[in-house]
Amino acid sequence: MSLDKPYLDVPGTTIFDADMSRKGYHLNQFCMSLMKAENRARFKADERAYLDEWAMTEEQKQAVLARDLNRCISLGGNIYFLAKIGATDGKSFQQMAGSMTGMTEEEYRKMMISGGRSIEGNRYVKEKQ
Amino acid sequence: MSVVVNKNHARITSSVYTSHVPAIGVAIDQGLTNQPYWQALFKGYDFSKKWFVENKPDVIFLIYNDHASAFSLDFIPTFAIGTAAEFIPADEGYGARPVPQVIGSPELASHIAQAVILDEFDLTIVNKMDVDHGLTVPLSLMCGQPEVWPCPVIPFAVNVVQYPVPLGKRCFMLGQAIRRAIESYDEPLKVQIWGTGGMSHQLQGPRAGLINQLWDQDFLDRLISDPFGLAQMPHIDYVREAGSEGIELVMWLIARGAMSDIQGGAAPKVAHRFYHVPASNTAVGHLILENVE
Repeated sequence: MSLDKPYLDVPGTTIFDADMSRKGYHLNQFCMSLMKAENRARFKADERAYLDEWAMTEEQKQAVLARDLNRCISLGGNIYFLAKIGATDGKSFQQMAGSMTGMTEEEYRKMMISGGRSIEGNRYVKEKQ
Repeated sequence: MSVVVNKNHARITSSVYTSHVPAIGVAIDQGLTNQPYWQALFKGYDFSKKWFVENKPDVIFLIYNDHASAFSLDFIPTFAIGTAAEFIPADEGYGARPVPQVIGSPELASHIAQAVILDEFDLTIVNKMDVDHGLTVPLSLMCGQPEVWPCPVIPFAVNVVQYPVPLGKRCFMLGQAIRRAIESYDEPLKVQIWGTGGMSHQLQGPRAGLINQLWDQDFLDRLISDPFGLAQMPHIDYVREAGSEGIELVMWLIARGAMSDIQGGAAPKVAHRFYHVPASNTAVGHLILENVE
């Protein structure tokens, strides 16, 4: 029996379930390693060499190098783990979240100050089509 | 049914509910709380700080979620109780927050663990665990910036990282078991139970930035006056209506389940209610409910 996934029709949203977790295990564990200052320094000194120490797929490594968080998530990354990459880069959580929306940093910040993204039209995938 | 309170035993005096947005911690740590962006938010906690001083507990039972700080994907406990003597603030990638170490309450925590497990909630017992913003930001909001935290804290971490997180219904029942456990501890301690996280927010994907104010206000209303009904809400409603990270709100139901009225006592007094948008990506909600003796 396959896993029941009632959340697949929520637009612009990836739920980090067991399948995603399995796919992203090494990517997320790499992110976790950035909680140590010495690892952040080694990563910053040579990102590619540091990534090559992890059993990640080439696609996952490229997504990290490009700081493409949407791609990282589609490859099994979880935002709470990926946030460690942003922290290493000195980015705020708002900058990280905004980077996934196709908006500029300023546009995203303004949207949040104005009350955030509306739920209207954002409940079901079919509303976006 | 009346609630029999043994005066020589520990008891829950109040429950506190608050968001735990990391940017709030940054604003406090960097002295930005008077900036226009932050003023309105911190004003909402002025009452709470005063209230906390006037209603200081002996122990705080603090429900939060670990954000991939203490728990990687190697271990994903659904419910984890911290039984250590102290807990170190975690380095989440920016360096650790400049806040005091958290002093635990090992004897009470171990008592609660034993009682709750025998009451059929199979907790994970954690003797070593760094605590992240999920735990330290609520302490900063309620206690300010003291050199030592005003009382011991029992950290209680809930998995909201990997789906499925525990059901709201299960959280609500767990709160009831925690209340029974605390009331069976034979020392007359005043315990506050805090539920943290939320409110509506989404930190990932093209839908990031989602805020649903009507839904949040309804959640606050129902948490106060319809907790049994609210506890039946399925996961998908949280995710769809309040964002993928809005599901953190199930943790508030643990604290709510521990209040007297759930076991037949009087309805709690709403000491404070506050709501503000935004803090970074998130809607901030805050409630203080007092048990009426």
